[in-house]
Amino acid sequence: MNGAATEVTATTLSALLSELGLAEAGPVATALNETFVPAPAREGTALNPGDRVEVLSPRQGG
Amino acid sequence: MTTFYGTALATRLMLGTALYPSPAVLAGAFRTSGASVATVSLRREGGALAGGGRAGDDFWRLIRELGVHVLPNTAGCHTIKEAVTTAQMAREVFQTPWIKLEIIGNAETLQPDPFALPEAARLLTEDGFQVFPYTTEDLILAEHLLEAGCEVLMPWGAPIGTGLGLTNPYGLRTLRARFPDIPMVVDAGIGLPSHAAQAMEMGFDAILLNTAVAKAGDPAQMALAFARAVEAGLLASAADPMEPRDMAAPSTPVIGKAFLE
Repeated sequence: MNGAATEVTATTLSALLSELGLAEAGPVATALNETFVPAPAREGTALNPGDRVEVLSPRQGG
Repeated sequence: MTTFYGTALATRLMLGTALYPSPAVLAGAFRTSGASVATVSLRREGGALAGGGRAGDDFWRLIRELGVHVLPNTAGCHTIKEAVTTAQMAREVFQTPWIKLEIIGNAETLQPDPFALPEAARLLTEDGFQVFPYTTEDLILAEHLLEAGCEVLMPWGAPIGTGLGLTNPYGLRTLRARFPDIPMVVDAGIGLPSHAAQAMEMGFDAILLNTAVAKAGDPAQMALAFARAVEAGLLASAADPMEPRDMAAPSTPVIGKAFLE
């Protein structure tokens, strides 16, 4: 998760966001194994051991 | 009228949102300058893994309150895949097809990768993005980007964060002359308002900068200075500047001068 080995109980991407407290409030974007996963597809996206998940949110940029 | 993918901008100043001492200072710079576009990025959000909280929420609220156009970037991406995925994520979060396409070819100089850029631009254009490619002043690269579907180009003035101004004025002038109808934004390397004015006087359509304002002692005042420089350059360009010449030419009439035989 975001570049660090992480133990989670979630088995789907949407459950992972809930587990991490990221399911509500402002927007985040997700990617699984370097491929974008649109928000509507998170619930149907299963997680497997070794998957690389990125969760990103708005930040300052130039 | 110059538009950027069909959008006319109230002012031709685009500001980055990074490196400011505080969110309030950032907001002040936008307010004093009237900058019409804010560049933003996406970064990791850890949630409970990062001690809870949502680092991105306050920032995103602040940007929305500014009421400016948002231009997400792919800053820090080094490959086509990274850039495309980041762009797709940015489109969902920021709800805009605009993307400042940045693919870094060298970590030291932060030069754009001229080989990856057109391919990434083509993939993104085919996917419905409106691509603002951060590029060099190279003409052939510009041609390839236009062929890839870009309708705007963003040549650098100098490497990101250097503040050196227009290091290759000849190259930029040539690029402007070669593609007179393509909206072009000089992006990166601008250090002083005079650099911005110079680029606008050359006929460029807008200026995008960040560090020169954010790292100034008084960012709001510097942002205002840039706004006026950009406006001055735009007016000058539209007023058809005189051609420089090597030999002096008197401006006061010679005819009628006293003491002439």
